[in-house]
Amino acid sequence: MELGQMQKSLQDYTKSLFVEGILDSQFLQLPQLQDESNSDFVSQVVSLFFQDSDRILNDLSLSLDQKVVDFEKVDPYVHQLKGSSSSIGAQRVKNACVVFRSFCEQKNVEACHRCLQQVKQEYYLVKNRLETLFKLEQQIVASGGMISAMDLGF
Amino acid sequence: MGMVTESQFHVLAVDDSLFDRKMIERLLQKSSCQVTTVDSGSKALEFLGLRESNESDDPNAPSSSPVTHQEVEINLIITDYCMPGMTGYDLLKRVKESAAFKSIPVVIMSSENVPARISRCLEEGAEEFFLKPVKLADLTKLKPHMMKTKLKKESENPAKEDNAVLKPEIREEEPSVIEILPLHQEVEQEPMLSNNKRKAMEEVISTDRSRPKYNDITTLV
Repeated sequence: MELGQMQKSLQDYTKSLFVEGILDSQFLQLPQLQDESNSDFVSQVVSLFFQDSDRILNDLSLSLDQKVVDFEKVDPYVHQLKGSSSSIGAQRVKNACVVFRSFCEQKNVEACHRCLQQVKQEYYLVKNRLETLFKLEQQIVASGGMISAMDLGF
Repeated sequence: MGMVTESQFHVLAVDDSLFDRKMIERLLQKSSCQVTTVDSGSKALEFLGLRESNESDDPNAPSSSPVTHQEVEINLIITDYCMPGMTGYDLLKRVKESAAFKSIPVVIMSSENVPARISRCLEEGAEEFFLKPVKLADLTKLKPHMMKTKLKKESENPAKEDNAVLKPEIREEEPSVIEILPLHQEVEQEPMLSNNKRKAMEEVISTDRSRPKYNDITTLV
């Protein structure tokens, strides 16, 4: 595939993530924080999001599987995940966390289990899409092309 | 005013989340600030040199009475609200209660929009309350607060008075400008963007549009 085509693919792919609501405009803040001295910022912060989220989801699963669920523990996890997904622009994950929190408040274990599944689903979706996005970028860069912030917006 | 300050502003950022610390650090760096991040309110106090009053086991620890010598100059503290142990609000209170540090502007960040929380923080002396996720544009609100601390220090230190000298000169000259010249006269601005502000000012004053143009020059410097 030639460079121009790859860049078009990247733009289309990125656009679809916004159209589907998987990402929101907050994601566009990230490239603004990247420059020559911090050329890897976006991928670093997204990786950090993945690491953080994997850990939180694991802790959440364990907490909800306890005989007696300690909501004092569960809520902060969801709060944290809501915060980081919001900062990254992972809109659907964030929204799922908002719903999750309301059920935490109600101490509804059954609903919380369902919420956790929903959050996981949205999380794996955005993780998958972002990984694909970065692969596309890498292909472009490897072919001698450049990625600009414009490629990530429209 | 847009004058270039020689030293950067130094911000102390407090957040228990590693992810959020990375974000705020980068946001601040991108806004030309020097940043120190810590993961708790107590670490923030430690960094400032102000220990918690219940730490009495270390005889060498500085007491929580006013510290006259501040090792590191902090121009602003930006802190998350929700933190385990000492919340951002608790930290705000401690800072404002301390004679040595109460003049440092404090900004609170929170992912939750709770009006009662916001007004409580503002009442306690927080300069701003940012809703997370914090954006680059939000940080432009910090400069005026940080400038206040710098200008205060500069007025205490008579060494650099460029800014102070410039203003009175303008005021003296302005009245004479109004009557002098016809409306259509143009002046080239580019050559005036030199470091010699006095020269620039004299040339500007020779046109009737000096007042707005002078403002243009200052913002470009």
